[in-house]
Amino acid sequence: MSKPKKMTLSKKHNLTGWVFLMPGALLILFMSFVPMFRALLLSFKTGVGAAMKSCGILNYTRMFQDTVFIQSIKNTFFYLIIQVPIMLIFALILASILNNKNLKFKGLFRTMIFLPCATSLVAYAVIFRSLFANNGIINLLFVKLGILDQPYAFLTNVWSARIVIIIALLWRWTGYNMVFYLSGLQNIEYSIYEAAKIDGASAVQTFFRITVPLLKPTILLTAIMSTNGTLQLFDESVNLTDGGPANASITMSHYIYNMSFKYVPNFGYAAAMSFLILVLVAILAFLQMKVGDKRD
Amino acid sequence: MTKAKVRNFFMYVFLIIVSFISVFPLYWMVSAATNKSAEVISGRLIPGTYFLENLKNLLANQNVGGAFANSVKYSVILTLVSLVVSSLAGYGFEIYHDKVKDGVMSVILLAMMVPFVATMIPLFQMFSKAGWLNTTIGFILPTISTPFLIMMFRQSARSFPHDIMEAARIDGLSEIRIFFQMFIPTMRSTYAAAMTITFMNAWNSYLWPKVIMTDATSQTMPMVVANLTQGYVTDYGMLMLAVLICTLPTAIVFFCLQNAFAEGITGAVK
Repeated sequence: MSKPKKMTLSKKHNLTGWVFLMPGALLILFMSFVPMFRALLLSFKTGVGAAMKSCGILNYTRMFQDTVFIQSIKNTFFYLIIQVPIMLIFALILASILNNKNLKFKGLFRTMIFLPCATSLVAYAVIFRSLFANNGIINLLFVKLGILDQPYAFLTNVWSARIVIIIALLWRWTGYNMVFYLSGLQNIEYSIYEAAKIDGASAVQTFFRITVPLLKPTILLTAIMSTNGTLQLFDESVNLTDGGPANASITMSHYIYNMSFKYVPNFGYAAAMSFLILVLVAILAFLQMKVGDKRD
Repeated sequence: MTKAKVRNFFMYVFLIIVSFISVFPLYWMVSAATNKSAEVISGRLIPGTYFLENLKNLLANQNVGGAFANSVKYSVILTLVSLVVSSLAGYGFEIYHDKVKDGVMSVILLAMMVPFVATMIPLFQMFSKAGWLNTTIGFILPTISTPFLIMMFRQSARSFPHDIMEAARIDGLSEIRIFFQMFIPTMRSTYAAAMTITFMNAWNSYLWPKVIMTDATSQTMPMVVANLTQGYVTDYGMLMLAVLICTLPTAIVFFCLQNAFAEGITGAVK
């Protein structure tokens, strides 16, 4: 092989690489980055359709006086701060229990806990809406047990509506995260655990000293994924509580949808709000990566 | 010994409670789908004989057949196209990588941070101008290529042995045939995991179809389920049957590919 020929071969491979990745890369450019840029332009405009005109930063100042939008931010962050840590800790505990070699019926337990992930998001939201309805089975059970005198309207009281959304989210996603941790644990030598046991480490010590540090990359991955997912919460807010009562449980995505397609459409304002979410997602992901790096 | 036994006992009790909570709502759904709404409200938990009656009511109430067919069509096409495009891109990024391509890859990963609501309105405007409302292309185009899948396939291409590739090249196999005839069969578990994730996301997607499927005839299965909750009186038997029908395809995919899914994730988090 002479030198010039080798050059053309590597050039050919270089070109092949570009041809292979082009369709995927172009689609991301035109389906993510271009619309994102257009949303930014849109956020400085007001009006409908062809009659849209520039309005400066009016959409952005309006946001901070919009009580429903502020409520939707508060709700979304409430779900994020309460639900994500509980879920991840719970998933970690379950994964470390199921990683025990001597455990019986391991596969069965794993499948049952992972099972909620098989349901569609709308489907499980509707199931929980039915379970917690005034004539639902939770009320029936509580009344029969004497915990409640009469059915409690879980979905139309402010705090209980929010808590039902959190319960539903925990039910749907804990098993999903658990599978990530179980997979991560499989990459850890089991002999480390046996050595720790011989050295007399307690289960709690093993958990905090071995499991958590070694799973750090996976924990970071799941934390970012869950944060991202929670900030974009939509299906549950729409189908479980319909954002109610009186927008008390509405999420940011749900409100933006309403502003774009349910009420009189206001694309400019909705785009401005969606841009705020984008900034929030970016900041949180950045912070999590920083924290993730620090513990090294 | 006894202390360990007590601990073991509580561990099993804990696992049984968690498993019960995980399974009960699904069991309740199945049992409610076979009972009369009044029986569901009265707390009946054993499967009944009202299944066909519920099915008849459901079919009379909503276009379930059409919505189911739509969902199958959109999800299957999206999954197939997405697997080819994303895996080809991930393979291209890894096997032929250089500084420029690595840079492009980091930009693509940034797209992961872009929330869907931030692109939804311009996409809706673009798609309605292009006449793609109520079409399969409109449904699939925004999610054919995802940073997550590209990253997953790029990761798996890292373990694709280079000497096999060299041998194939010497045998005169073209680059594209190496991809289709050697990479795809070797990476079966990654493809299975990617397929599970993509199909489930496609089937479950709700916000985007709600935006672009403006005709009743283009509606998807999750949209039909959501429609059923709009009335004042809920027929629980009928509603849970719709939920059951909506859940079956993802449950089947999930059961068939559960192990492959876990295996594929193991590769991805390594």
